[in-house]
Amino acid sequence: MSVIEAIKLKPRDFASDVKPVWCPGCGDYHVLMSVTRALAALGTPPERVAVVSGIGCSSRIPAYTNCYGFHGVHGRSLALGTGLKVARPDLTVLVMSGDGDGFSIGGNHFLHACRRNVDLTYVVMDNRVYGMTKGQPSPTTEPDWDSALAPGGTGLRPFHPLVIALASGANFVARAFSGHPDETARIIVEAVRHPGFSFVEVLSPCVTFRPDQSEWKDLVHAAPVEATDDPARAARRIMTDDGFNIGVLYRGNRPPGTPQAGAAEVDVAELDREFAI
Amino acid sequence: MTAPVSGSPPGRSSAAIASVGELLAHALRMEEEAEERYRLLADQMETHNNPELAGLFRKLAGHEAHHAEEIRAQIGRMELPGLESWDHSWGGPESPEAVDFGAIRYTTTPRQALQLALDAERRAFEFFDRIAAAAGDPELKRWAAEFAAEEDEHVRLVLGELDKHPEPPRHPDDDPDPPVPQD
Repeated sequence: MSVIEAIKLKPRDFASDVKPVWCPGCGDYHVLMSVTRALAALGTPPERVAVVSGIGCSSRIPAYTNCYGFHGVHGRSLALGTGLKVARPDLTVLVMSGDGDGFSIGGNHFLHACRRNVDLTYVVMDNRVYGMTKGQPSPTTEPDWDSALAPGGTGLRPFHPLVIALASGANFVARAFSGHPDETARIIVEAVRHPGFSFVEVLSPCVTFRPDQSEWKDLVHAAPVEATDDPARAARRIMTDDGFNIGVLYRGNRPPGTPQAGAAEVDVAELDREFAI
Repeated sequence: MTAPVSGSPPGRSSAAIASVGELLAHALRMEEEAEERYRLLADQMETHNNPELAGLFRKLAGHEAHHAEEIRAQIGRMELPGLESWDHSWGGPESPEAVDFGAIRYTTTPRQALQLALDAERRAFEFFDRIAAAAGDPELKRWAAEFAAEEDEHVRLVLGELDKHPEPPRHPDDDPDPPVPQD
């Protein structure tokens, strides 16, 4: 065995000793597995990776990794992740979120993170429901999903994150399914390697409040065509697919956003004094 | 005709396994994946205060770890192809022996868990049996048949465990504390 093989990082090197508290059967267990596999394959040591999140079931994930992490406030994971990447471009930054945190409370940050195209990867575990707060419809919930909180459904058109990401300038767009952890890991690896803002929507069933989503494993299928670098073509494909196309759907070639040249150096001690009470 | 799918689609055919080295890499990965799944399921059940099921999953994880160790001993100093987890040719999106996390609930009974383990062992047997039947290389055929026989033995072991766990009076899907949506 060569020295390089001997020190090859393994997925377990990226997992912490904290045991997840997600409901048994939750798709997020698989996503955690995919993230650790992807990071091992990338070969970046845990201390060179930051996992940033907001609030919700999915956002617990930084605690379950052995990387640097920041479990931030609701909807603000992208603001934190963008700031971190701008300040520390040497780090690999993974921002993890859910459909409520990412598309409702954090919806505005999503648009502008796509526009800025800073080189980070945004993974949203989409289960089309607010699970942690016990079953409210989210921005991606189907309009006719009947629940005690929205009898007969909300009647609202669902938010379409992939198309909005494209329209807003994301440089890499993909959809994955949590129940295929190896394929999801492969997509996350490609997302991290692609320059600029990479967005991966992972369909991740909530078995507690959306038991109907157990059928997703029979509905997902590989995207039938190669990814395009034409955002208009990608948008048309995504708008007309069945929502269960899995794979890389768009690889753009916009140069990544970088901090403004000549930005003033900030004295941290001075900044600290400004916040002193 | 449409262009090929982006990247490697989930479900590369097991017919792509053409050498003993590739077969051993798959056999080892299968056992490692099975061990990881059972270990994580044991952790889940400890977190959710189901010690009986946690113990069962821990025991299954131990068996799979032992099988992985046996394969490592068989591999010895043989050079294996370096495969990422998604490079394997399982004939489906996941390793045949991987227990589906999505099928587990906090109400899962030991019998139900053993039935999932049985399904996994049977899929593993079919995987190796299919390769053995199709292999042209006699050495590949011999190794695949040997692994199939081992998986068949595991099937019988799980069947024996199932006999010790009769059907519980309550249906495993009955949830005495169902989730309640909240305003």
